[in-house]
Amino acid sequence: MNTGDEMLAASATYQEPLIRRVEVSASLAADTATAAEHEIKIATSHVSISYGEKVAVRDVSLEIQDRSIMALIGPSGSGKSTFLRCFNRMNDLIPSASVQGEVTLDGENVTDPDVSVVELRRRVGMVFQRPNPFPMSIYENVAYGPRRRGLNDRRKLEELVETSLRRAALWDEVKDDLRRKSGLALSGGQQQRLCIARVLATEPEVILMDEPASALDPVSTLRIEELMRELREAYTIVIVTHNMQQAARVSDVTAFFTMAEDRAGYLVEVGPTGQIFTRPNERLTEDYISGRFG
Amino acid sequence: MTATASSAGSGSRGPSPSLRHRRSSGSILADRAATVVLWGTGIFVLLLLGAIILHFAVAAWGVVSPSFVLNDPSDSALGGIMPVLWNSLYMLALTMLIAIPVGLLGGIYMSEYAGDNPITSAIRFAEEAISSVPSIVVGLFGLILFVDNFHMGFTALGGALALTLFNLPLMTRLSEQALRAVPQDERSASLALGATKWQTIRHVVVPLAIPGLVTGVILTAGRVFGEAAVLLFTSGIGTPAHYDFANLDLTNPASPWSPFRPATTLSVYIWKLQSEGLGAFKNQIIDGSAAILISMVLIFNLGARLVGRLLTRRLTAA
Repeated sequence: MNTGDEMLAASATYQEPLIRRVEVSASLAADTATAAEHEIKIATSHVSISYGEKVAVRDVSLEIQDRSIMALIGPSGSGKSTFLRCFNRMNDLIPSASVQGEVTLDGENVTDPDVSVVELRRRVGMVFQRPNPFPMSIYENVAYGPRRRGLNDRRKLEELVETSLRRAALWDEVKDDLRRKSGLALSGGQQQRLCIARVLATEPEVILMDEPASALDPVSTLRIEELMRELREAYTIVIVTHNMQQAARVSDVTAFFTMAEDRAGYLVEVGPTGQIFTRPNERLTEDYISGRFG
Repeated sequence: MTATASSAGSGSRGPSPSLRHRRSSGSILADRAATVVLWGTGIFVLLLLGAIILHFAVAAWGVVSPSFVLNDPSDSALGGIMPVLWNSLYMLALTMLIAIPVGLLGGIYMSEYAGDNPITSAIRFAEEAISSVPSIVVGLFGLILFVDNFHMGFTALGGALALTLFNLPLMTRLSEQALRAVPQDERSASLALGATKWQTIRHVVVPLAIPGLVTGVILTAGRVFGEAAVLLFTSGIGTPAHYDFANLDLTNPASPWSPFRPATTLSVYIWKLQSEGLGAFKNQIIDGSAAILISMVLIFNLGARLVGRLLTRRLTAA
């Protein structure tokens, strides 16, 4: 928490509002950490996403609490990743994609055309399935986000890079050749932690993770999961995973998606992870979790 | 291999087939044949390149010397090629000055902004079509447009513009291909970090495409060095007299720095000597010029790769 405050303090000068927002909610949340426990960070209301004619996600409404981990589980093609990508509007990159309904971040509708996607993506970071560090030095990878929003002060950048790498539990392994070693020269698990550090350096409030450990070995996977539990103290995390043990281990709330007859994904049920995995309300959820389909 | 594998898979009730059976299977023969043919082709190309370089190295032995490079043609019986060598470098610089920025920006537009639709397919088709127009036709077009219609006469500028017409589509097409080859993941990673589209292009896509972009520059430059047909009709043929490099007046056709003067390049000079040269040392000059031309191309290619590497390093840092 201490390091987080430092990061927030360091960022206070160049953080820009999403649209007309004056206060940055992360710093608000930091001040009211205890009260934030039950605040809604992200809410979706009747969200449907289609690619051209094909409906990929139908009518999903759910709420994600601040500083919690929500896992989105379900069979392949149930629209989890597509749904995840509407939180930082990565679906905008696909010309045929269209999103209906409302997605709010701290009560502000992010699907509004007036919203700056650049600002949105700074507040809602994303870690991809395949570790994708830039072919640059470790230092430049982490400094990439802050540099793009105009932070050029060498001392502040160094501080931010170190804090971010420490929070991503990578600092000790890379501190000796930050500038000499390429991000691509790291192992798969280290690369993914580097990608997490790179996101942390942009000082987001929400971190989206799209199957972040599916390309990693079991030991690296556990490290990422431990890291997620630590990050939960300061960030809201939404993770898509195929690995149900992973969802059970790391998440506070689990949302189960599946496909309808027309192959459109929809939300079957959402609830506290313990309950979803032991006493689901829906037969479909129970069948999926017990391995009867999916 | 597939044949034995499938038979082993489906009918493996009997004894397993010997591993040695695989040696006679057709796919193994095809595999070996491919290895031999591909290695053979590679070695053949290398030998060909080696033979060309060796031929001119031997032929130019005793001709190429510092004075051959630095003297004017009229300085001695053998003379030198300094003015035409200068013209080749000058034309290269002038053409690249137009082709690199416009080609790169065009490539960025085609790769990152234009998308895929009937209009952009038509543009791509046109780019490839213009690149394969016979260069003599481009030369004639340059003669009509720049030399005659624009009343420019035979000038370095007219030659450079004609070369640009010829090279820009290629440069654009190659830039586009180099940029498109940058994985989508890199773009997504940058955009997801809150970078704008232009920042993503400037700090991720272009730096990662530099090896491909350098290939485009090298291929384009190679055509400038080697092109004779386009330049015959546009920048003129003639044996230049002495160049006075102290004359910096760009508007004065007597200045070697001026684009408004005829400029016979090394390739055109070789063509001219070969077709109508009469001097006693004609063949020696041709061999020496060819050796210098080949060396220039090699030096330029290596230099471009080096600059590309430095540029990647600079663009991906800071």
